[in-house]
Amino acid sequence: MDKLLIRSNVRKLRFEHHEMTQQQLAEKVGVTRQTIVAIEKEKYSPSLELAFRIALVFNSPLEEVFFIGKKEASI
Amino acid sequence: MSYQEKKNVVSLLSTLLIFGFYCSYVFQVHQESTELIDNFRFWGASILILIPVSIVVKIIITIVFNIIYRITTNEIEPSFSDELDKLIELKATRNSHYVFILGFLLSMGSLVIEMPPSTMFIILIFSGLVSEVAGVITQLYLYRRGV
Repeated sequence: MDKLLIRSNVRKLRFEHHEMTQQQLAEKVGVTRQTIVAIEKEKYSPSLELAFRIALVFNSPLEEVFFIGKKEASI
Repeated sequence: MSYQEKKNVVSLLSTLLIFGFYCSYVFQVHQESTELIDNFRFWGASILILIPVSIVVKIIITIVFNIIYRITTNEIEPSFSDELDKLIELKATRNSHYVFILGFLLSMGSLVIEMPPSTMFIILIFSGLVSEVAGVITQLYLYRRGV
């Protein structure tokens, strides 16, 4: 099955929300700053719960925060 | 380099440091008395002493590292493990266990081919070290490359 690449608008949404820092977002959703960095760099796809928490902070629908990018190599 | 990556590098160095001192101690005893080297009591005691000593030394090194980290970066280290940390820890523990199981099988193999018991204990202790190093390297790799 092809691996899906989960992309995110977290960085863009942070700047649109009074230039929220990574640390501020991390505290609001209950993770470390390192995890926000990993999500923004697309090195980590968050759990469904964390994805919803982030979407709630930005008051946006989930698909506006996370979306499927181009397909990667087969697994 | 993030806090987690730095912590793993310190953990790797402290593991190698503790093991280095431990090996030099066992080597010294071996030089003094060759009779001891195939004594089960000696090996049992050596392993039982190594475990609490390495735990205490690691705790001290972690405290010192956290103090230095706070002073140099003006940042407070994360006080909890989130989902990414737990996922990486699980993968590292799995790899660490695979390596240790391989070492355990090798140590049992040494008994099958009638090698002295000391060889079995040496392989067992080394597989403990290699498995810990494998775990730390897995964590470092996953923090850098992503999950």
